[in-house]
Amino acid sequence: MDLIGSLGLGFETALSPENVFYCFVGVLLGTLVGVLPGIGPTATIAMLLPITFSFEPVTALIMLAGIYYGAQYGGSTTAILINLPGESSAAVTAIDGHEMARAGRAGPALAAAALGSFFAGTVATLVVVLFAPVLASIALGFGSAEFFSLVVVGLIASITLARGSTLKALAMIVLGLLFGTVGQDIYSGTPRFTLGFRELFSGINFVSVAVGMFGIAEILRNLEDEKTRTVVVGKVKNLLPTREDLRAIVRPVLRGTVLGSALGVLPGAGHVLASFASYSVEKRLSKHPKTFGHGAIEGVAGPESANNAAAQTSFIPLLTLGLPAHPVMALMVGAFIIQGITPGPNVIVREPALFWGLIVSMWVGNLLLVLLNLPLIGIWVKFLTIPYRILFPAIVAFACIGTYSLNLNAFDVFAIVFFGILGYFLIKLGCEPAPLLLGFILGPLLEQHLRRALIISHGDPTVFLTRPISLALVIAAVLVLILAVLPAIRRQREVVFQEEEPV
Amino acid sequence: MQQALRDRLAGLVFVGFGLAFALGALTYDVGSTLRMGPGYFPLVLGGLLVVLGGVIAVRGFVEEDAAPNGAAPWRALFLVLGAVVLFGLTVRGLGLVPSIFLASLLSAFASERTGVVGALVIAAGLTAVCMLVFVVALSLRLPLFGPWLPF
Repeated sequence: MDLIGSLGLGFETALSPENVFYCFVGVLLGTLVGVLPGIGPTATIAMLLPITFSFEPVTALIMLAGIYYGAQYGGSTTAILINLPGESSAAVTAIDGHEMARAGRAGPALAAAALGSFFAGTVATLVVVLFAPVLASIALGFGSAEFFSLVVVGLIASITLARGSTLKALAMIVLGLLFGTVGQDIYSGTPRFTLGFRELFSGINFVSVAVGMFGIAEILRNLEDEKTRTVVVGKVKNLLPTREDLRAIVRPVLRGTVLGSALGVLPGAGHVLASFASYSVEKRLSKHPKTFGHGAIEGVAGPESANNAAAQTSFIPLLTLGLPAHPVMALMVGAFIIQGITPGPNVIVREPALFWGLIVSMWVGNLLLVLLNLPLIGIWVKFLTIPYRILFPAIVAFACIGTYSLNLNAFDVFAIVFFGILGYFLIKLGCEPAPLLLGFILGPLLEQHLRRALIISHGDPTVFLTRPISLALVIAAVLVLILAVLPAIRRQREVVFQEEEPV
Repeated sequence: MQQALRDRLAGLVFVGFGLAFALGALTYDVGSTLRMGPGYFPLVLGGLLVVLGGVIAVRGFVEEDAAPNGAAPWRALFLVLGAVVLFGLTVRGLGLVPSIFLASLLSAFASERTGVVGALVIAAGLTAVCMLVFVVALSLRLPLFGPWLPF
């Protein structure tokens, strides 16, 4: 199918009233969780995933994707207004955005963020349109050896999602892979590690894992120290940026878009990296670098464009290779599987309406976000005043109902408790949950391809090194691992994660 | 918690899980590289986890990390997790409405700032919101009141 025809199909799918509606619901919820501290897109998508079970596959994915990139928008709002980045990638925005707000220029800062994000989102969606099919057609030729190596690269890259010790991140990946082996073995049907529970024959429910580790564990973290958040937000005036503002942000937005589109494709913390890279580029290229940190509008527009572009292009590895770049994408893999679709290069061939509909919906969603965020900013500011002591029982209630409704099974609810406790204590011991979730989701895939590749090669383990693409991927994995342990990069990573907020 | 102690504990947790999975894997058919049995993959990973955990416990403290400080909120831990368990135990018997009310009530007490009246208000409000969202808007098919109730 040619590109125009494909896009036509995409628009037809994305613009059906039902899909527009759920796209709207998705970005609305996304903005909300982006604004609310203490709950991030990972926990939200995990809780809401079960309810999308009854939707059409494309509708479900459109809504879940909307939550993800909507949260990027919402996160920047709180970063600017109250210096509290709701999302890790918005941490940079807080630096100059909040300074602008303090100088009474919150309006232009929000406008620069929103317009930059919209532009970046639109361009990055085009990047997905142009590159995803190419990558998918390459991946169609992949055998099990290539997929095995690819998953290894994805897992190793997930180390960058966690701050601190590389060893602990590696151990978390392996622990996740092991939890992934629970359930019936795909080849022999032997039930593994089920401890006598029939419910575990089909494996541990990934919604329980995600809700426990990202929802419940986060609540416990927040309740360690109940601070009163005093939110003093004045009225946001003069939303429209001046002509000078617009002239100042054009180049940063363009550069941020390019940077974000490129870095977003990388597995791991590509989107966080993108906004930091954009900020330092703008500071270096600026004629007046001294204003950075004191309310430079370029320091808001660039990083915001970059992180939004990266949010869109991080769908490329998911849609073409079935490889999730970070925990939210890992949950999207789960969403595909619940709908009976195996994410990977075949999606574009077998489900063209879903593939193109989802991509076009991102553009629709970005447009909705601008409309939602700029005129309605006052409403979002109100949400900031909801106290946490009301918020967390709501998260608990939604987590329970969401998880229970997937299989109407109390066992899945009890599993939340297990993973909540485990997640909380591991976080306390300096081990972050993101690599574990990725390992858990990718584990079955890794084992399946490993076993199949070795059967095809008659048990010869060098098969992963003799096939050129597989070899290249193995080398990439080794390089990422070396980079992750190098002290210079480690320090850089500390800086990136310094102001991290819940995922 | 001290960095060194934290690393020792983290290492022990990993060694424990690694051993449990590896020993469990030995009870299944391990097979060969050509025809891997169900035990092969978990056995290798379990072994790897034991090694990683051991290294973390022994020399992990050389690397600095950024674990959050703060005392464990025991009261919140029991109340929040207790609320989840309570929901799991009662949702079938009592039905969605009473079950979610009780779970919200219990979890609301996890905050030291919430008193009895506050918790009741939060629980009632949340139950209403959940009904609106899940039953009215999303038409989730769950019994609102269960067989344990007389009506």
